[in-house]
Amino acid sequence: MRSAPLVSPDAAPSDAVVTLQGASFGYGDGAVLSDVDLSIRKGEIVAIVGPNGSGKSTLMKGVLGLNERVAGTVTLFGTDSTEFHDRARLGYVPQRHTLSASVRATAEEIVATGRLPRIGWLGRLRATDRQIVARSLDVVGLADRAATEVSTLSGGQQRRVLIARALAGQPEVLIMDEPTAGVDAANQHVLADVLDRLVERDVTMVIVTHELGALERLLTRIVVIDGGRIRFDGTPQAYAAARDSVHHDHDSHHHDLELDGHHPSLAHGPLDVDHTDRSRP
Amino acid sequence: MIDLLSVDFMQRALIAALLVGTVAPMVGIFLVQRRLSLIGDGMGHVALAGVAIGLVAGAAPVLTALLAAVVAAVVIELLRARGRTNGDVALAVIFYGGIAGGVVIISKSPSGTPANLMKYLFGSILTTQRTDLYVFAGLALLISVTTWALRPRLFAVANDEEYARAVGLPVLPLNIVLAVLTATTVVVAMRVVGLLLISALMIVPNAASQLVARSFSGGLRWAIAFGLVSSVGGVALSYPLDTPSGGTIVLLAVALFVVTALVTGVMARVGGRRHDVAETHAHEHGAECGHPAVTHGDHVDYVHDGHLHAAHEGHYDEHGVHHDHPAPPGPETASTGPAGTTAGPTTGSRP
Repeated sequence: MRSAPLVSPDAAPSDAVVTLQGASFGYGDGAVLSDVDLSIRKGEIVAIVGPNGSGKSTLMKGVLGLNERVAGTVTLFGTDSTEFHDRARLGYVPQRHTLSASVRATAEEIVATGRLPRIGWLGRLRATDRQIVARSLDVVGLADRAATEVSTLSGGQQRRVLIARALAGQPEVLIMDEPTAGVDAANQHVLADVLDRLVERDVTMVIVTHELGALERLLTRIVVIDGGRIRFDGTPQAYAAARDSVHHDHDSHHHDLELDGHHPSLAHGPLDVDHTDRSRP
Repeated sequence: MIDLLSVDFMQRALIAALLVGTVAPMVGIFLVQRRLSLIGDGMGHVALAGVAIGLVAGAAPVLTALLAAVVAAVVIELLRARGRTNGDVALAVIFYGGIAGGVVIISKSPSGTPANLMKYLFGSILTTQRTDLYVFAGLALLISVTTWALRPRLFAVANDEEYARAVGLPVLPLNIVLAVLTATTVVVAMRVVGLLLISALMIVPNAASQLVARSFSGGLRWAIAFGLVSSVGGVALSYPLDTPSGGTIVLLAVALFVVTALVTGVMARVGGRRHDVAETHAHEHGAECGHPAVTHGDHVDYVHDGHLHAAHEGHYDEHGVHHDHPAPPGPETASTGPAGTTAGPTTGSRP
């Protein structure tokens, strides 16, 4: 059971997993995200942060080949993305609120679909594939829910089913879209623990999110995207320092809020209860 | 019944019903999953144009119908994939063009009587010829083998198309295969169920099966069972009742759905009253919650202050007190029969 690692060892000659050079993504003429240079190396835990509509999802979908690249190059594991066909090496965890709304399916059946890219066109799941599926469910703490119908699981558990589905493909990098969105605080910590376990297994992770929340302690690097461009790229320490320095600069409230990941439009309403209100008699 | 089977055309009709009852729900479950429940209807419309061309040209109507439906299926999937045109409107143009063309062309054929049209639209057990039966059997075999072989992939694409695309599954080819399977099923079912009612035999057994199933594979098995009961039962009933086979089959399928809905509804209410829900707790039981896990029959319980907690939907069920001797049969195990009394919790924390 424990012989093969869930995430296969380094197969690429270079340790760059994803490299973008002058990349622009979008639809037709309008690039949503332009001129991005970014390289993600093996073992990094990168958060791609930005407010809604900043272009971070466009970046992620561009890497996954789900939208149009209008300029630049995307290199995956040292191969140009147009020539790259072994897409199962990228493990995608989409943002989904419901896993299977139209027909009933068990957690195990959903996770087993993550194994399909690793077996041929007509291949069936063999005993080892089933073990990998079972182990993926175990890693996310849902081994006892394998036969449970997914629509009866909580939002946080459904998110973990999607992580298990990606793990079943034995990817070399996990790309997660808003893993904590819509998950309550208690379940966010369960989720963070699951990701912790993956970090111990040296899984490379790219986490696209609008709030760092419970995940901040895991990160090795933070990339801030806003207005279709990269605004910050560095370690969590540098990010904290930058956040603090912006914080002290009273003229740039906009940047302050954007780096904090709060919703600018909601922050200063007349009905807001903030600390100054509480100190009043 | 014996006297039923001795009639030649009844034998053929029952065999055709057996084939149709198996393959229609098998393909239909993926249409339900993709929320394309009505697409079979449209393909039936197009197949009518094929039948008409066959009758006018003197070719076999089954083959021309198959050709028309398959071409329409591929065109529809390609239009959907391009996403440039309004998909719904494009489908409507193809479907209504098909049925209108069918009606006009059939009026020009030597055998173009209204009665002839009716038996294609609503099915007639009298129309199944011996040669047709071989063609149907071959097509049904092709449909079931293909569906079975591609089942995990069709499920993956229908479940989450974006994910399937991201991990490199051949999404468009799989969708085209499903469309062609649907078109072929329409043609196989057209003699027995009729072109206007085919979609019902693909969808209604699945609607009933979703009420009882707890997994996709279970849903598929139940759907085939419901499909077989309705198609074979409907054909058998249509002879003594002297009713069109298609309508009889579909009414039987609808009746099965209504009965299943009533039974599962009543059982859910009785079961809901009978099962004990454990006190709510803030944490979720799992490998690291600190509560020992014990296997209990077919599931895992967690020992929480001496009580067994079993995960059930959004809460935990109380499965009795944990002792060294078998736990008293809980409300769930009591309803599943003797398993509850024999399968005591065997202590053994998970690795």
